[in-house]
Amino acid sequence: MFAYAGKILRVNLTTGKISTEPLSEKLAKEYIGGIGLGIKLLMDNSKPGTDAFDPDNPLIYMTGPLSGTLGPTGGNSYAVVSKSPATGGVANAESHGFFGPDFKRAGYDAIIITGKAPVLSYLWIDDDKVEIRNGEHLQYKTVNETDNMIREELGDFYIRVSAIGEAGEKLCRFAAIINDEFRAIGRAGLGGVMGSKNLKAVAVRGTHDVNVADFDGFKEFIKMIYERMKGPATKKYKTLGTPENVLVLNSLSALATRNFTNSQFEGADKVSGEWLNEHYVKKIVGCATCGMRCDHIAVVPEGPYKGSTSRLEFECLWSMGPLCGIDRLDAVIEAMRIVNEYGMDGISIGVVVAFAMDCYEHGVITKEQTDGIDLRFGNAEALIQIIHKIGKREGWLGNALAEGTAKAAEIIGGDAWKYACHIKGLELPGYDLRTLKTAALGFSVSFRGACHLRNGAYSPDVKGKVNRFKIEPGRGKMIVPDGHTYNVIDSMILCKFSRGTYYDGNKDLAKYYTLATGIPMEPDELMVIGERIENLARLFNVREGKGTREYDTLPWKIKNVPVPEEGPAKGVCVSDEEHQLGLDEYYAARGWTSDGVPTVEKLNELGLGDYAYIVKDLAKGGKA
Amino acid sequence: MVRAQDRKFVSADPEKCIGCVVCEYACSMANDNTFNPNKSRIRALRLGPLNNIAVTCRHCEAPACVAACPRDALRQEEDTGIIVVDEEACDGCAWCISACPFGAMMMHPEKKVVFTCNSCKDQPDGPQCVKWCPEEALTFVSAQQLAQKSRITAVKNLFQEAKEKKVESK
Repeated sequence: MFAYAGKILRVNLTTGKISTEPLSEKLAKEYIGGIGLGIKLLMDNSKPGTDAFDPDNPLIYMTGPLSGTLGPTGGNSYAVVSKSPATGGVANAESHGFFGPDFKRAGYDAIIITGKAPVLSYLWIDDDKVEIRNGEHLQYKTVNETDNMIREELGDFYIRVSAIGEAGEKLCRFAAIINDEFRAIGRAGLGGVMGSKNLKAVAVRGTHDVNVADFDGFKEFIKMIYERMKGPATKKYKTLGTPENVLVLNSLSALATRNFTNSQFEGADKVSGEWLNEHYVKKIVGCATCGMRCDHIAVVPEGPYKGSTSRLEFECLWSMGPLCGIDRLDAVIEAMRIVNEYGMDGISIGVVVAFAMDCYEHGVITKEQTDGIDLRFGNAEALIQIIHKIGKREGWLGNALAEGTAKAAEIIGGDAWKYACHIKGLELPGYDLRTLKTAALGFSVSFRGACHLRNGAYSPDVKGKVNRFKIEPGRGKMIVPDGHTYNVIDSMILCKFSRGTYYDGNKDLAKYYTLATGIPMEPDELMVIGERIENLARLFNVREGKGTREYDTLPWKIKNVPVPEEGPAKGVCVSDEEHQLGLDEYYAARGWTSDGVPTVEKLNELGLGDYAYIVKDLAKGGKA
Repeated sequence: MVRAQDRKFVSADPEKCIGCVVCEYACSMANDNTFNPNKSRIRALRLGPLNNIAVTCRHCEAPACVAACPRDALRQEEDTGIIVVDEEACDGCAWCISACPFGAMMMHPEKKVVFTCNSCKDQPDGPQCVKWCPEEALTFVSAQQLAQKSRITAVKNLFQEAKEKKVESK
């Protein structure tokens, strides 16, 4: 096989058994790699009803077909798939940087990790030599310390490490896995799954060649993409970066503020991309094998957080800034730095803190319960203090919040659930869904919970292609095709920042795939694969009892708290009626039942007939 | 005959280099027809996100690597300054690797002999790392040109500062 390594590695941490098996070309083509193949391996290597923190829940590291090549963004990536401790459904996340290529060069398309090590350990993959090493000396070390210590003890600066911090070890349900200092397998709590296995890190060194099928054709194709990356398609990421969104969304009344109470932030200017770049950004760097550069490295020049250094993107800036009512970027940069040290999802952490602040302001939690922290909106010191407590699971509240908003609301009790802004247990990303209603629908049906990266449904809203204040007929159908494309992108593991450089869309992606692998691929076939992945992920959620209509919900505040600001958005929130209409249409467009379950016919059509047993008893709802 | 000060080598601008390792892949692609940074003759180094640089052979005058070789396996080409490895004579003892102050001499992962930058002299358009560098951080320059560039930048800054001071004092 070309581009693929053709091999899957299995590691059982309980027994210490390590083995490999071949990857068939058929499986490679049907699921591509990345999250597609990862979800397939998850489905086939887990028993229904296994708890996310059970040793039997597999943690699956994936490369994509392009990993290890000079292909921009596809060359530098990996993905992790498992069952999510936040949602109980599929967890998938992708990360770029420098780790993925070495993982491929070591000779693997996938690593299926099961079991639980008797003591804290790390996995050391040195080409064909795979070893489970003692990691007790790494306990509670930050991600970066862990990275440095492992490279030091193994004696090679160029070893790449993907690790968890204290939050992952302490089973935080939104803990992340982080590589290369600040690149995260961020969402859905995969760091917690890793912690539950007593696995602190995966370290790799790969020295084998990665070869593509059509060397000259591939070279020519990627040269073209590198050239396009210098142009307008990636300008945003190379200039202000994603924080450009702050003022754009604010002007659209879509910058969720103070835990989705307001949709505009009076302090937006001070946390804008413009302000960040003018006052804090020291250098813009990038990942391996990429022609863009997007990592805005911010350094605090003065004040209490002087010297604090972190990469900052819109989502995390938003969640720890406007969503917490905080207009101080120095504090947000420091917060981001410590969130990366503990190894937590930078989106979820902000939403969790904002939730706690909302509860505090409404008297649902008291100052005694916060251990004296004045958890008001806008209190930057309180943000830093509570992040430390959550990272360490310290105190009653820190411990509760480390469970994520959904479970924390149950622990706190009372009206707390009203302030918990999550879908399926995963915290909302940075878009006010009351004023971006296509996004509201798209996020509610995403298989990994609230997610802006599963179908890009915010795009028609933000670009003004639709009436974003209303879910109108046609909207359910509209969001389907992009979902397929996004599944393909995450299976080839391309960076979504680069999506604009594939001028011919799926045609470009299919060509890219074939040049690398030599496996024939048509643009239409790619869309079928995207649909297959969507259905398989949904099936996994159905199998785990989380994949039906009742789980495709929206948070209480999105449905019940109208936008208070004057202007065109005033009074808007999502009605149950319009949301249900959107769901009906979406399920119908997908060929699912009115309960949101894939039909046997649909499964057969997609070559997923083997899984029909999962839906047989649920098919009673009839076609939507 | 090329004068020593006119010999060209690949140099990285630390202000522009972001450690993206495109140069490493481009090198293995051009010289070995594969993708493998372990076979690259230029290596990028990231010491924290703010400190990045790519390093390769600088074709030194009186090269330490050549002097260090106990088997006369290395010689420097007069015209280009390129260090040529006699793969028959080299036994991989790594004396040259410890002698090179830039870490530009490396052990080939498969051949078990040392290798270093050949300035892509067989490529019609010169060093491929320079051609592929997305940040235009790499240049194929002579010591002469590097010195001139630094001088021009220094003088420009000087005048710029003087101008700004003038404006301030007004």
